[in-house]
Amino acid sequence: MDETLNDLAAHVSGALPGVVTGTEIAYGELALFIEPSQIVKAVTFLRDDPACQFTCIVDVCGVDYPAREKRFDVVYHLLSVKQNARIRLKVATDEDTPVPSITGVFPGANWFEREAYDMYGILFTGHPELRRLLTDYGFDGHPLRKDFPTTGFVEVRYDDAQKRVVYEPVRLPQEFRNFDFLSPWEGVEYVLPGDEKASGQPPAPPKAG
Amino acid sequence: MVDVADEMKPADKVRNFQINFGPQHPAAHGVLRLVLELDGEVVERVDPHIGLLHRGTEKLIEAKTYLQAVPYFDRLDYCAPMNQEHAYCLAVEKLLGIEVPKRGQLIRVLYSEIGRLLSHLLNVTTFAMDVGALTPPLWGFEEREKLMIFYERASGSRMHAAFFRPGGVHQDLPRALVEDIGAFCDPFLKLVADLDALVTNNRIFKQRTVDIGIVSVDEALSWGFSGPVLRGSGAAWDLRRAQPYECYSELDFDIPVGKHGDCYDRYLVRMEEMRQSTAIMKQCVERLLKESGPVHTQDHKVAPPKRAEMKRSMEALIHHFKLYTEGFHVPEGDVYAAVEAPKGEFGVYLVSDGTNKPYRCKIRAPGFAHLQAMDFLNRGHMLADVSAVLGSLDIVFGEVDR
Repeated sequence: MDETLNDLAAHVSGALPGVVTGTEIAYGELALFIEPSQIVKAVTFLRDDPACQFTCIVDVCGVDYPAREKRFDVVYHLLSVKQNARIRLKVATDEDTPVPSITGVFPGANWFEREAYDMYGILFTGHPELRRLLTDYGFDGHPLRKDFPTTGFVEVRYDDAQKRVVYEPVRLPQEFRNFDFLSPWEGVEYVLPGDEKASGQPPAPPKAG
Repeated sequence: MVDVADEMKPADKVRNFQINFGPQHPAAHGVLRLVLELDGEVVERVDPHIGLLHRGTEKLIEAKTYLQAVPYFDRLDYCAPMNQEHAYCLAVEKLLGIEVPKRGQLIRVLYSEIGRLLSHLLNVTTFAMDVGALTPPLWGFEEREKLMIFYERASGSRMHAAFFRPGGVHQDLPRALVEDIGAFCDPFLKLVADLDALVTNNRIFKQRTVDIGIVSVDEALSWGFSGPVLRGSGAAWDLRRAQPYECYSELDFDIPVGKHGDCYDRYLVRMEEMRQSTAIMKQCVERLLKESGPVHTQDHKVAPPKRAEMKRSMEALIHHFKLYTEGFHVPEGDVYAAVEAPKGEFGVYLVSDGTNKPYRCKIRAPGFAHLQAMDFLNRGHMLADVSAVLGSLDIVFGEVDR
């Protein structure tokens, strides 16, 4: 299994120098890292090359890593029905740098890219209509970004006096509580309550909720 | 409901109509809003507006542990809940590198096929209703009720089962339940034959579906179609065969394919798949009655120990406590796992950062890819064909909007 993937990785990166910046095989899956401006070239090659024939678009999605300089990954999944293989392409970008759209190669990428724009604010050039898809008409922000709160900012209700739906800031009777449950003996990166006394720092204010 | 799109100019009598189809429409299969631009009765443009059922599942999963995320998958495609859980469990298992015991695999396959019947029964019969028949849903829903009772007897819940867990399934099935599922199969084939006699050769049904919404294999692939919609076009592509997961490679079943790729062929594929699913169920029942064994992995860092064991073993008690508070940690990495859900390829792209919560969980729903092609499929057809095409695509909004 891994050998075929190795061969495929070598074949693709050999045929596309300067386009494929890295390959990775993990858990029996092949991932290629692609230069953002060259994604259309890479996808077209993978679709048309007789040894690849990745003719089916499976998925396009964004992933957010706020700590990185280029915070977003755009992840493409392609499927080859002829070769019975899957491939993953990864492109790194940030809020301002657009990625070329692959809707010209796969019409099925249309909504997936719209969703990535809607959820992360990733921009695609050459997309026929880069509108919001899943969120409300007139929605502000990109909800799947890690810095977007799970509870959101606005809530809606039907106002009987005004006879219409009104938007209001979210008010919660209880704060959203995100329990992390991580073992305090392994893996936590914050200072545990009480530990600050040892290093002479002032005590942290008690946590709300 | 109807408004004039372009202002009518005195010299220009031709005008396009814009129609809002849904979101409150019985043939919209949920909360779909289609903005249709019509030239007379011919559809010029279809613009689906989705997201009315968007619940932020992917965002919520990022705030939950791996085990707590399972029930969200029941609420995606609520016609076949366990198939969704299956994709998620496969993704987690791939990252953890654990194997499900054979009996667990058989139970998973059995319930995946029950899910397929649930979904296809709903789709085939309501599709017939969309194009004018009233009896099929009444017949089909009776059988769905029986199948949901099987869900209830296994998991305690008719729909939102949360029965498949990373590492296996939650509990073993009682012998009586397996026998009852076995006894269900043959009478069910009779029902499929009845439905077949009622719908397949029905003149009105054929007039409404034959040669409507034709897709070629190449078009289907480039639009990201999968499942019965792709097979209706003639591609014998089924993940259960092509990339077998669980014990599908040991089971005997056929993959029906269509010839023309129209709405009628998609219907025929689903009808045949119900028969094949019943055959798979029979094989599973036979093996479940003979073989016994654990239903989930014995690695208690992932699957909880038995309750009786917890009463005596300190180790088991600690495992149980850790699993239901902290949850298990999943190694760093990203995987894509897909199953052949009733509607097509249901995939989960899971990114783990090594903690007890998923870093990112992208849900790839088959209906999402199908629905985006509405414009392509309907352009040039008549207004009445829109509901036929929509019915044949098998859209469920839980999974499209997530």
